[in-house]
Amino acid sequence: MLTLEKRSEPSQLWTALTPVLAVLLTMIAGGFLFIILGKDPFLALRIMFWDPLFDEMFGAYFRPQLLVKAGPLILIALGLSLGFKAGIWNIGAEGQYIIGAVCGAAVALAFYPTESLFIFPLMILAGGLGGWMWAMIPALLRTKFNTNEILVSLMLVYVAEQILNTLAIGLLRNPDGNGFPGSRNLQDYYSASNMEIWAGTGAHWGVVLALGFAVGFYILMNQHLLGFQTKLTGQSPRAAKFSGINPNLLIVVCLGLSGMLAGLAGIFEVSGPSGQITIGFNVGYGFTAIIVAFLGRLHPIGIVLAGLLMALTYIGGELAQMQLALPAAAIQAFQGMLLFFLLALDVFSNYKLSFKFGKVS
Amino acid sequence: MLEIKSVTKTYPGVVANKCVDIAIKKGEIHAILGENGAGKSTLVKIIYGLIQPDSGSMFFNGELYIPDEPRFARNTGVAMVFQHFSLFEALTVAENVSLGMEHPPSATELSKNILKVSNEYGLPLDPNRLVGTLSAGERQRVEIVRCLLQNPSLLIMDEPTSVLTPQEVEILFETLRKLASQGTSILYISHKLEEIRELCNEATILRQGEVVASCKPSQKSARELAEMMVGSSLKIPARAKTSLGEPILEVFDLNLKATHQFGVSLRNIFLTLHKNEILGIGGVAGNGQDELLSVLSGENITPANTIKLNNLDIGNKSPNKRRAMGLLAAPEERLGHAAAPDMSLIENTFLTARVRKNLSKNGFISWRNTEIFAEKIIEEFDVRTPGANNVARSLSGGNLQKFVIGREILQMPDVLIVNQPTWGVDAAAAAAIRQSIMDLATNGAGIIVISQDLDELLEISDNFAALNSGKMSLPKPTKDLSMDEIGLMMAGNTNDAHSVFDHHNMVNNNAHS
Repeated sequence: MLTLEKRSEPSQLWTALTPVLAVLLTMIAGGFLFIILGKDPFLALRIMFWDPLFDEMFGAYFRPQLLVKAGPLILIALGLSLGFKAGIWNIGAEGQYIIGAVCGAAVALAFYPTESLFIFPLMILAGGLGGWMWAMIPALLRTKFNTNEILVSLMLVYVAEQILNTLAIGLLRNPDGNGFPGSRNLQDYYSASNMEIWAGTGAHWGVVLALGFAVGFYILMNQHLLGFQTKLTGQSPRAAKFSGINPNLLIVVCLGLSGMLAGLAGIFEVSGPSGQITIGFNVGYGFTAIIVAFLGRLHPIGIVLAGLLMALTYIGGELAQMQLALPAAAIQAFQGMLLFFLLALDVFSNYKLSFKFGKVS
Repeated sequence: MLEIKSVTKTYPGVVANKCVDIAIKKGEIHAILGENGAGKSTLVKIIYGLIQPDSGSMFFNGELYIPDEPRFARNTGVAMVFQHFSLFEALTVAENVSLGMEHPPSATELSKNILKVSNEYGLPLDPNRLVGTLSAGERQRVEIVRCLLQNPSLLIMDEPTSVLTPQEVEILFETLRKLASQGTSILYISHKLEEIRELCNEATILRQGEVVASCKPSQKSARELAEMMVGSSLKIPARAKTSLGEPILEVFDLNLKATHQFGVSLRNIFLTLHKNEILGIGGVAGNGQDELLSVLSGENITPANTIKLNNLDIGNKSPNKRRAMGLLAAPEERLGHAAAPDMSLIENTFLTARVRKNLSKNGFISWRNTEIFAEKIIEEFDVRTPGANNVARSLSGGNLQKFVIGREILQMPDVLIVNQPTWGVDAAAAAAIRQSIMDLATNGAGIIVISQDLDELLEISDNFAALNSGKMSLPKPTKDLSMDEIGLMMAGNTNDAHSVFDHHNMVNNNAHS
C-alpha cells in the first residue's frame, strides 16, 4: 500500500528539485499532447524551446523577445509572491496591469505633443498608482466586509477589460487614426516612449526595474519585518496574530504592492513593446505571472528564472504556431500543465512516499 | 482476560514499546502509568487495533487476539474512550452515538437504550440535546455511554479526568467501580498519581517503552510512584516566601463576545494581580481560557479602561504595545499559536521578542542578535534540540514548551500570562517550568497561570479563581480553600452551593438504585 508520511522538516532537496521535475514532466506530457495533435513531439519541443534562442534564422529576432516578455512576468510575479506567502490571493493582476497601462497612457496622451523629461516619470507614477488603486478594491472589501479577495480581484479583471475596450474606442482613441480603435502609438511620442536601453537586447526600463525589484524583494523577504510577517501569516495565522501582526494591514499592504507592480508592468508595456492602448492589449501576463510566482517557489531568484522560462514558452509557442500550425490554446495547456505538475510534486516537499507490505501477525 | 506478551513497536529512531508484558484480570481496574512519551498511547492503540505491533502477541480470554482494525477490537469486546473526543457538535447525543455503531437501531430505540444505560451507571444524559451545548464532562459521558452500549468486556480510558471537575471525577469513579464489580475490566491510562492510588487495583509503570515495575498503587505513596515513573528522585519546585506587592494588573468588568459559533463569551471579569503574586485560574477546558488569554495578551481588544497595567489603560492596546509595557503571554497551543511549526527557533524567537529585545531597526531584522537570544533560551531552559536552526515542530512537546516559556521569561516581564504551562510535558520538564515561573514571581513579577491541572495550581499559586462558561469567580487565597470549594468554584456555583450537592447526591443515588 502507498502512504504519505509527513516529514519532520520540509525537504530542502525536494523544494529545489520540484520545479525542474515539473518542467521535465510537462515536456513529456506535452509531447504526448503533440502526438495526439498529429505533430512530431521532438520537433515541436525543439521549435518551442531551442529554436527561439539558437536557431540561426529566428534567433536574432526572438532572443530580445525573451526579456521583453520576461520583464512584465517577473515584475508582476514578484508582487504576487509576497501576498501568496501570506495566504493573500491576488488573482486579478491582469486587471491591475490593464488599469496601470490605461492610467499611465492617459497621462502621456494628456500631454501630447508636449516634449518634457517629466512626462515619462509621471506616467510611471500614474501606472503604479492605477494598479495600486485597482487592487485596493478587493483589499478594502476584504478588510471591511470580509469578502473573498480571490473572487473580487478575478472579477475585476473583466471589469478592467471592459474599461480598456471602452476607452480604446472612446476617450483615448487616436484622433488621427481614421476611426480605428486604439490610442496614439506612444513609441512615436519621444517623451513617453519606453525605449530599449541597449539595442538588440530587448531590455527596456521595465526589465531593468524588474531585476532591481528582484534584488529588493530578496532583501525584503530575508531581512525585513514585512517579509517575516508575510511568511508567518501564511504559515500560522494565529501565531501571526499573537506576535502582533495586524492581519488587515498586511492584506492592504500585500494587495497594494502587488497591484502597484502589476500596474508598473502595464505602463512599461504600453509605452514600449505594445505601444498603444487598444482592444485586447492584455495578453494574459497577469495570469501567467501566477504560474511564474509558484514555479519560482515564491523566491525572487526563482521568479527571475521562472519568468525567463515562461517567456520562452510564449515565444516558442508563437514560433510553433507559425511553423506547425499549432493552436494557441495548446500553449496555454502547456503552461497550465506546468503549474499542475508543480503543485502536484510539491506534496513531496512536506511528505514522503512509503510503501507498506502486508500486515504483522 | 487480556494478556500482552512481549509486544514491541518501533518507529524510526524511537522504540515506543519494548517487550511489554501485561496481564489484565477480569473485573480489574488496571492503571498504565508513565510520563509523556513513555509509550502508553502506543500500547493502548495496539490493543484497540489502531496500530500493529512489530512483534509479540496478545491473548483475549485465552485466544490469540490480532486486532488489525478497531472494528475487530470492538467486535471482540474492547471499547475505548479517547482523551480527545470525537463528537460532532452540531448533532444530538443520540445521533453521535449512532454514528459510532456498526448496526445502529432505530432512533427511538437508541434513545431508550441511551437513557437506560445512562441511568444504570449514574451518567445522566439527554439523548436529544445538541453536543455543542454540553460541558466537557457531559461529552465524556456520551463517549462512555457509546462504549457501554456495546457491552464491552474491556474498557480503555485514556486520561479521562483531564477535563473534569473534582465532583465529576467522583461520579466517573463511581461508574467505573460499578462496571468493574460487574466484571468489566478497565484499562486506565493516566499520569495523575493520586487518582490511580484511589481507583486502581493494579498498576503497570512504563518508562521509555519498557515495563519498569508493577505494583498495587494503594500500597505506594504518590512520590514513590512518581519516582518509578521518572526513574530518578524528583526535585520538587520550591519558592522563597515573599509577601504580595502592590497591584500591577487590574481587570475591571471585562466582557468579550464569542468569536465563533461554539466559542465562549467572557462575562463581567474582575481581577487584581499584585507584584510577586501567582494567580491560578482553574476550570474545565473550553470555559473561556483561550479567550481570557487572548484579551490579556491583546490578540482581542476591549475598551481601554477594562484592563490596567501599572495604572495605565491597555484594554485597546495591540500585543506589541503591551509587550513594550511589560506584559507578556504564552498561549496554550504550542504549535500554531505560541510558535509557528515550520519556522526555525530563531524565527520563533523573533516572533515575540522583537520589541523588548530590540531585534529590528527601521524594519530590518537583526538575525544575529535574534540568534544570540535564541541560543540563550535554549541554554538556560535546557531545550533539547540540535540547534536554533531547527524548525519548531521537530522538537518534542516538553522541549518546545520550555522554549516558549523561556522565551517570555527571559524577556523579564512585569506581568506574565501563561495558559497550560505544563500540558503534555514530562514530569522533569514540568518541574523546571514551574520552578522558573515561581522564580519570576519571587523577583517581583505578577503571573497568571491558567491551567486545568488543579494539582499544579494548588502547588504554585497564591490565589485561586475558576472560570466557568466565561465567568470567573473572585480570586481567593489558595491555602484557605478545600477541594470541595474548588470544585464548586469550577462548576460556577459559588453562591448556590447546595444545588450542586443535591445534584451530586441525586446522581449517586441513581447510581445505587
